[in-house]
Amino acid sequence: MRGLRKAYGEKVVLDGVDLHIGEGEVFALLGPNGAGKTTTVKILSTSIPADGGTAAVLGHDLPAEAAAVRALIGVTGQFSAVDDLLTAEENLTLMGRLLHVPPAERRARVASLLERFDLVEAAKQTPATYSGGMRRRLDIAMTLMGRPRLIFLDEPTTGLDPRSRHIMWQLIRDLVADGVTVLLTTQYLEEADQLADRVAVLDHGRIVAEGTPEELKRRIPGAHIRLRLADAGALDAAALALPEGTRDDEELTLRVPNEGGVRSLRDVLARLGDDVSVDDLSIHTPDLDDVFFALTSTVKEQNR
Amino acid sequence: MTALTISAQDSVTMLGREIKHTFRFPLMLISSIITPVVMLLLFVYILGGPIGDGLGSAAHGVAYIDFLAPGIIMMTVASGASTTSINVNTDLTGGIIDRFRTMPLTRGAILAGHVGAGVLRTVLTTAVVTGVAVLAGFRPQASAAGGLAVLGVVLAFAFALSWLAAALGLNAKTVAGANGATLPLQFLLPFLSSAFVPADTMPAAIRWFTSNQPFTPVTESLRGLMTGVPVGNSVYVALAWSAGIALAGYLWARVAFNRGAR
Repeated sequence: MRGLRKAYGEKVVLDGVDLHIGEGEVFALLGPNGAGKTTTVKILSTSIPADGGTAAVLGHDLPAEAAAVRALIGVTGQFSAVDDLLTAEENLTLMGRLLHVPPAERRARVASLLERFDLVEAAKQTPATYSGGMRRRLDIAMTLMGRPRLIFLDEPTTGLDPRSRHIMWQLIRDLVADGVTVLLTTQYLEEADQLADRVAVLDHGRIVAEGTPEELKRRIPGAHIRLRLADAGALDAAALALPEGTRDDEELTLRVPNEGGVRSLRDVLARLGDDVSVDDLSIHTPDLDDVFFALTSTVKEQNR
Repeated sequence: MTALTISAQDSVTMLGREIKHTFRFPLMLISSIITPVVMLLLFVYILGGPIGDGLGSAAHGVAYIDFLAPGIIMMTVASGASTTSINVNTDLTGGIIDRFRTMPLTRGAILAGHVGAGVLRTVLTTAVVTGVAVLAGFRPQASAAGGLAVLGVVLAFAFALSWLAAALGLNAKTVAGANGATLPLQFLLPFLSSAFVPADTMPAAIRWFTSNQPFTPVTESLRGLMTGVPVGNSVYVALAWSAGIALAGYLWARVAFNRGAR
């Protein structure tokens, strides 16, 4: 997609978004609430038209070839869209009927999806009795009924407990193993880090950064080794040996910039020597949280 | 498969879903039977004595229950509107319409399923309410052809109100709002029609409204067909109103449905 724009009245939601997502890739769209993640998903999944820009999904232009796109995609929205009065089995059967899957294949597929998403025991129950994780699993199973080649997952783990979140992550990894392309939105940096091949950070309707999780982390300085010394004397000695470090006299710590890797760690320890008594050592690499806060705050600064 | 058979197949799938909903959550079906039944019993056993005596020849010389029952049947059709409106709104606010929008299915099938189910529910509820009216002393005197004409008017009016209810459901923000929007259809318009008392007995300003609103010709045509009093042109007027409401409801629902995709 190129230069995608969308506004609701005066409020600009997408302000020229360019993205390219490769086939078979897990792409995470990361951003705070209101950044435009859901709007992007809605445009690409043919729910709503864009106001400007061009987009193509699996070789089909939008919105002209929306019908062709719909046959190839599966969408799991931000809020579970399951039918509360139908059982899991009936929900899946409904999807199969609406996708015109032949009856024999439909029955086989319903059975295999119930199995795969651990819903066999709940198959004859309505979602009213389900946990949040089970609803989500049913929701995604419904999305897979038509064997889509591209799946949109809009905040798939929002509101789930940690256990359900890990189960969901594993399910998403399994999808990728089948060769399906996944566009995932999330406000959890850890989730993007865990699942995505590439990440785009969306803020105020604009992409503020894009790359692999590793690339994004590298863009942010802040990797360091933190040494906690035994006493003030040791701190003095360490600060002398490692003049690039920043000392904190209250906590008896020295923070030494470090680009990461075993070699630079060994180098720091060698320069420190054997005589300085170190109580504790920890290595800090920036996580996506650091990236996220750094990037989203710079944009705010620029806007000011 | 042609586009037409696909859309017919999708509509049948959606209709099947709605029928399943109706019987899995029968409370709304029951309440759209109970409301008119309570009205029937209230007007026959509590208010009916003085009203019936007071009406005298204005009721075309038929017993009050025979005058009232066709109006109650009309009210039963109207009370079904609430269920359709609520069901459409539940699909909209619950997100499943968003899911359907991204699937390669005929978009019209979603509403067609709701409207079809609304009509079928109405056939069921009006049959039950007619049975209760008969138990309470209603003695319809329709011929076979008259009976078919009654069914025709009920179906046409149910179809019209179902489309209107679908549009109201799509325009409401919440389920409660979807129900509230149909209250005028359920109560105000039936009371301001000739369902309970003839229009001639009302104050002039209200009489004008009553004589010219759709619920009156529907009531008059059902009453005429079921009790043998002259129907005049009320059947045609009722069918014309039904066609107009159905068309307006359909167009409004379509606009509202597509507006959701922005």
